[in-house]
Amino acid sequence: MFNNEMKLEFISKSSNEAFARVAVAAFASQLDPTIEELADIKTAVSEAVTNSIIHGYEKKQGVVKISSWLTENEIIIEISDKGKGIENIEMAKEPLYTTKPNLERSGMGFTIMESFMDKVDVESVVGLGTKVTMSKIIKPKEEKDEDDFKMLMSNN
Amino acid sequence: MESKFYEEDKLLVLKITSEIDDHIVQEIRRRADYEMERYMPRKVIFDFNNVTFMDSSGIGFLIGRYKFANIIGAKLEMTNLGSSIKKIFEMSGILKLIPTVELN
Ligand SMILES: Nc1ncnc2c1ncn2[C@@H]1O[C@H](COP(=O)(O)OP(=O)(O)OP(=O)(O)O)[C@@H](O)[C@H]1O
Ligand SMILES: [Mg+2]
Repeated sequence: MFNNEMKLEFISKSSNEAFARVAVAAFASQLDPTIEELADIKTAVSEAVTNSIIHGYEKKQGVVKISSWLTENEIIIEISDKGKGIENIEMAKEPLYTTKPNLERSGMGFTIMESFMDKVDVESVVGLGTKVTMSKIIKPKEEKDEDDFKMLMSNN
Repeated sequence: MESKFYEEDKLLVLKITSEIDDHIVQEIRRRADYEMERYMPRKVIFDFNNVTFMDSSGIGFLIGRYKFANIIGAKLEMTNLGSSIKKIFEMSGILKLIPTVELN
């Protein structure tokens, strides 16, 4: 079961990218993540939101939606748009694959999401939009302390 | 962004002083190209010490500056990469293209 839930909607302006990642990070901080875990979440959110704005809606204006849930030890984040959709999801996920090389995009967005989060799922229908669902386990602090302790013991 | 040009070495140090995302990168790109064109340096070092956030926009930005540096005959280097930034650059293979250096 979920312990908490939030929803966020904003128009597809690039100036909202910072707002979106900071808002999700503030919500995630209830799980007491490390600075590194928080940075990972921020980056992944930034990637998905930016994709909705520049690829989903391109020059048109639309709405980007974020829903997020917290369980005991996990954050789930769903980011969706009603933009143009992705024709071939497998290809889009390939590192270095981009449809906008002229805009200095590198095609690394999905690769970053997949490496910074534990799970990333992409659903998309051409003409209808795209939904990216990602999740990350945030270990409770006691377990982290235990890990630190084990590390300390094995180092000495 | 803060820029500093060392005439005797023809070295341009560009210190990025904001987050790097799709929104802000447009301004950083404009400034970087302007400074590079203005000084025609032999070497450009991007200093990431004050960059508290970067996403994939930073990769595209650096590849773009790498190409521009090639055109004007300058070498590109980076310094002060935080752990998150380093992770992103490692993933993209950019570290093989643009070396990181210690800046004193
Ligand atoms: N929300 C979306 N709507 C439509 N197309 C998308 C969406 N998200 C991604 N894509 C497509 O998938 C491709 C790969 O996305 P990815 O984020 O990996 O790279 P990129 O955005 O092109 O470059 P980068 O993220 O490195 O700046 C994009 O070029 C685009 O064609
Ligand atoms: Mg992207």
